Amino acid sequence: MADVALPASAAETAGRREAQIAWLLASPAILLMLLFIVLPTIAVLVLGFTDFELGYGGFRFVGFENYADLIGDRTFRRSLWNTTVYTTIVTPVSIVLGLGIALLIESEPRGRDFFRTVYFLPVASLLVAMATVWQYLFHPSIGPLNAFLALFGIPGPNWLGASSTVVYGLSIIGIWQSVGFNMVLFLAGLTAIPRELYAAAEVDGAKSAADRFRLVTWPMLGPTTLFVTTISVINSVKVFETVKTLTEGGPNKASEMLLFTIYQEGFVYLRVGYASAMTVVFLAILVVLMILQYRFLDRQVHYT
Amino acid sequence: MSETLTLGRLFRLALLSFGALIFLAPYIFMLSTAGKDQSEIFSASLSLIPQHFSYLANFTKAVMRVSVPTLLLNGVIVCGLILVLQVVVAVPCAYAMAKLKFGAARILMAVVMLGLLVPIHATALPLYVAFDRLALLNSYTALVAPFSISVFGIFLFLQFFRAMPDDLIHAARLDGMSEVGIVARVIVPNAWPAVTAFAIFSVVAHWNDLFWPLIVVTNQSYATPPLGLLFFRAAEAGDDYGALMAATLIITLPLVVAFLLAQKRFVEGITMTGLKG
Amino acid sequence: MNVFSLRDIRKSFAGNTILKGVSLDVEAGEFIALVGPSGCGKSTLLRIVAGLEHPDSGEIRIGDREVSQLRAADRNIAMVFQSYALYPHLTAGQNIAVPLAMRKLTGMQRLPFIGALRPGQRRICADIQRQVAATAVSLKIDHLLDRKPGQMSGGQRQRVALARAMVRNPSVFLMDEPLSNLDANLRVHARGEIVELHRRAGVPTLYVTHDQSEALSMADRVAVMIGGNLLQLAAPQTIYDDPSHVEVARFIGQPRINLLPAIRDAQGMVQFGTLRLTSPAEPGQAANVTLGIRPEFVQLRPESQGMLAARVERLEFLGSEVIVFAKLAAIGETVLAKVTPAEARGLTAGQAIGLQMDPSRMMLFAEDGRRLPSAPVSAAAREAVHG
Repeated sequence: MADVALPASAAETAGRREAQIAWLLASPAILLMLLFIVLPTIAVLVLGFTDFELGYGGFRFVGFENYADLIGDRTFRRSLWNTTVYTTIVTPVSIVLGLGIALLIESEPRGRDFFRTVYFLPVASLLVAMATVWQYLFHPSIGPLNAFLALFGIPGPNWLGASSTVVYGLSIIGIWQSVGFNMVLFLAGLTAIPRELYAAAEVDGAKSAADRFRLVTWPMLGPTTLFVTTISVINSVKVFETVKTLTEGGPNKASEMLLFTIYQEGFVYLRVGYASAMTVVFLAILVVLMILQYRFLDRQVHYT
Repeated sequence: MSETLTLGRLFRLALLSFGALIFLAPYIFMLSTAGKDQSEIFSASLSLIPQHFSYLANFTKAVMRVSVPTLLLNGVIVCGLILVLQVVVAVPCAYAMAKLKFGAARILMAVVMLGLLVPIHATALPLYVAFDRLALLNSYTALVAPFSISVFGIFLFLQFFRAMPDDLIHAARLDGMSEVGIVARVIVPNAWPAVTAFAIFSVVAHWNDLFWPLIVVTNQSYATPPLGLLFFRAAEAGDDYGALMAATLIITLPLVVAFLLAQKRFVEGITMTGLKG
Repeated sequence: MNVFSLRDIRKSFAGNTILKGVSLDVEAGEFIALVGPSGCGKSTLLRIVAGLEHPDSGEIRIGDREVSQLRAADRNIAMVFQSYALYPHLTAGQNIAVPLAMRKLTGMQRLPFIGALRPGQRRICADIQRQVAATAVSLKIDHLLDRKPGQMSGGQRQRVALARAMVRNPSVFLMDEPLSNLDANLRVHARGEIVELHRRAGVPTLYVTHDQSEALSMADRVAVMIGGNLLQLAAPQTIYDDPSHVEVARFIGQPRINLLPAIRDAQGMVQFGTLRLTSPAEPGQAANVTLGIRPEFVQLRPESQGMLAARVERLEFLGSEVIVFAKLAAIGETVLAKVTPAEARGLTAGQAIGLQMDPSRMMLFAEDGRRLPSAPVSAAAREAVHG
């Protein structure tokens, strides 16, 4: 029996040694994750139930009072609504444009690198800086966009200055900025499609480009499209830079967006408890989006 | 793929070129307006070539009012520190999770997956309060520390290491390397494509980030490029578009030049990090 | 009658000539194997026949139609791909139905939801389902119809790919290394099945492979392609016994043929050791030639007997036979002999032996690779030499 036990205990020691090394290698990451992700997340959840304000000493637990206030908060409701409108414009348009441009670039041998670079350029540019340029382009009296529209006798709106158009103005910037990102993801998805599938489709009688798109390209891009959609939605919900730089939520709260409202509430008015409750709503939205993605991934686009 | 220009190809090329023009328009107008003087800007013409070349005047104004070297230096310091810390912390952890057996691996994986869901925007409030209490606002520490851990980095490296053959590590062990030696001399050199991709992703993200610097920095001398530009805008009241465009041009240039020089790596990096995230 | 023919097909990519004028006639119901080393142009030729590539020049006729201007979709050919190229998002049944749906339904009828409302759609769909089911039964995959390719084994996927190709009546069947992704056992089994399916359907088939045993065992005729040229098209036995080109002789046969350098003198005599051949040639011209003999026609003799002196280098034991590698004393070339284990008993590396070659099995090739007619020198002449 001792003969059997001996190698087992040798394996045990080796296993323990391996576990020790693993702990050692992972410990900095574990520590920092606790410090900067887990604890702050828990803290936000807790703070959401308090009336904590920075600058005042104490705080007390107020239960769901913050959340009750949120429901009646016109600014917050306006902010949620604006973010929704912004997302429902930017996401589909930037996905369709990204896919369309990727398909055009893929099917056109000439100038491939050039076009890819041009459409990707906004992704690599400093958004705060480019927002400034857009502000000039959108300027109601001296902006080139309205000067261009005037050539056709169209009176241009006060894009970022009027409450009726400000969300559309921001959406245009958002689309301009995210199309290139979606495009490179679609390009990667397209190159991953086996060439033999197109050959098979042709032999099987798919004559037109539309037939081949429906039989091969679109279904094979399924996982990419789902991923691009999720990422686009999340990025749209996180819109902040352009709002802060160009509109500060105005005019008249017409461009209040979720993150900007949280920023104002928490870091300008310093009402940390209330802002934490908003943050919890923001987190909940992200969680729901991820769950939706995984559900959809399992059902629709998982082929194996 | 024949080289003959069919009607369809001509149409595609025209469409792509038209789109490209629209996407480039902001850059074109930025270049043009940076060379126009105040009166010409306000005459609202569509002409692109400035009547009087005021580039020198506008750039001087921009450089006088924004400390461009400070901004760029801050950007380099912050992004560099963040990147080094992220890689040094994430690579060993990802290696342990991918190739070593230990009890906490599963829980750790769950934490990483959840961590992917939590952006800085969600943790900013308590972190701000903590940095405030520790009197660390307006410091490089405040700018860098929250990003020293990148769960996304762990996730990316984990995927990459899992695809690496176990035999490589077994061979290194037989050759007498320690586990730390294996990480430093076998894993990291072989993980270079993943590290490059991650580096591009990380630098683009943090160079462009406005949210966190805006919260923890009020002192100009710690401003990163986006924050510096915001300060400059506030000071200029957003009217002097010539100087504003000149400043914008200077601030945008470094990353755009880096992108143009290494665009293939950029696109690959973004694609790789994008598809795996 | 030719049901299918290629005339002088030429193709080059970016300055590399892949096909240098290939002609090929296929008769009704024939199974032709296109074999050659990788890069010889056989897959390009197949893709040209399919309409997936277009030749620089030459003509392709299927039946009495010249099809080289037609798209793949209009040629009525079926193809099985090396990777099978099944649509991963469709079930086996849906995969098999694609070629029928593409041909029988209009674009509108194929649209989801709206399609079902178009007139006639239901009847055609039922028809398609019947054909899919019949094909599936004949390939014994009717239990797999609801599975997606990801849930099937390699062998099952290969059958679905076959079914998708067979479901309509193509005028030509093309197969591009369809067995190369299967494991060894399954591959031998699948060979028999494909031959059997071909016999039942009677559709002329062009089968590309790099595996000579597949080509020799399955095909009615084998086409050997090397370096963009079709060197020989003949029955498997002829290809093996009577290769028309030195490259064909070199490529076909396991273990490889022995090729030995020799000189044909001005009288048309070739001498190699004590071996002598005559080859009718233009008189007065001496030339370098190559002698070829298959390992099974080389016999072992004790030292200093036989035609050539040699030394054993090593032995390869293959179960029912032994391959002897022997280095010729005279020119240092290694000659392979295939012998029975009994004959090889007691042989060791380094041992000196004699080799006997069957002169009637000798082949003679010219310097440019062409096969030359040859005959062993008559018994009388041989005696004269020995005497």
